[in-house]
Amino acid sequence: MKETRLNPYIGGVLVGLLAIAVVYLTTMLIGDTKFFGTSTTFAKIAAAIQKTITPNISNEYFNKLNLKVDWQMMFVLGIFIGALITSLLNRSFKLELVPPIFMDKFGSNFTLRAILALLGGIFVGFGARLADGCPSGHGLSGMMQLSLGSLIAVIVFFSSAILFANIIYRR
Amino acid sequence: MEMLVGLVAGIIFGTILTLAGVIRYEKQVAAVLFKDMTIIKFMFSAAIVGAIGINLLNQLGLISLHLKPLALGAIVFGGILFGLGWALTGYCPGTAVAAIAEGRIHAIFAVIGMIIGSALFINLYPYVKPLIDLGNFGKLTIYQVANTSPFLIILLLTIAAGVLFYVFEKNRL
Repeated sequence: MKETRLNPYIGGVLVGLLAIAVVYLTTMLIGDTKFFGTSTTFAKIAAAIQKTITPNISNEYFNKLNLKVDWQMMFVLGIFIGALITSLLNRSFKLELVPPIFMDKFGSNFTLRAILALLGGIFVGFGARLADGCPSGHGLSGMMQLSLGSLIAVIVFFSSAILFANIIYRR
Repeated sequence: MEMLVGLVAGIIFGTILTLAGVIRYEKQVAAVLFKDMTIIKFMFSAAIVGAIGINLLNQLGLISLHLKPLALGAIVFGGILFGLGWALTGYCPGTAVAAIAEGRIHAIFAVIGMIIGSALFINLYPYVKPLIDLGNFGKLTIYQVANTSPFLIILLLTIAAGVLFYVFEKNRL
């Protein structure tokens, strides 16, 4: 049976409505307006791990990260749960070692895919911290607020990805 | 309450992302190779609908904005690194988490990498800081800089997105 799919325009409209609901509800319920974001959670996990290894770490950025479980961590956990349940229900769940497109270019070597995914992840993690956001924080929340910095960030994210993807995957 | 709203919002967000297929490596790479624009359709539709509601609520004084500063040095250098990593790994932070849940085992390495990259940033922060202060104009919106109404900007962005969507559909992207 074929998996259930949602038209991307409708999916986008639903996410826009969800963001409006979240912004309004968090302001009403907890008195603080919350916007979508995910990448800060990665920094908090990194900081928490590091704290167990080098407990005396301290710098301006580390000290700014509040390591308590917060709204965004629960949001990221929710993304995992939502994606797991949905993919099992709509049959899109699939154990996959090497994705398409990658396979076309580099073959089905899992080790190579793992290394490139890890390396790319390191750039993503560092870049998101430096740019102060990712496609959720800048691309969705920032754009919704019509933030000039976020608009520029989205343009740079895509321009850079277009340039490098065309170098990496060119055949 | 804060935690509960976060969790429920995350579950709904993860569900929509998965149903729309935007969490796939192949969708993200195909978008930047101009072969399948699914994620762009999704992102722009979300941004426009969200912008209308959020700016209405803001004009009515019902919410407060959380703008990130326009730090040009950090955004340009961070953005270039992000784009390189995004092209290599095929995931952004949110979609990598969802992709693991969808059984994409290789996405685990993307997430481990993102944590390592964040750790590197935290430790290198004192050296990176000058870049963050470079060309930092503070918190700015597009409509402040253009000295106009947010709704005019939304109208212009909607027209631009409409043209893009028309081109995508016409070329079956």
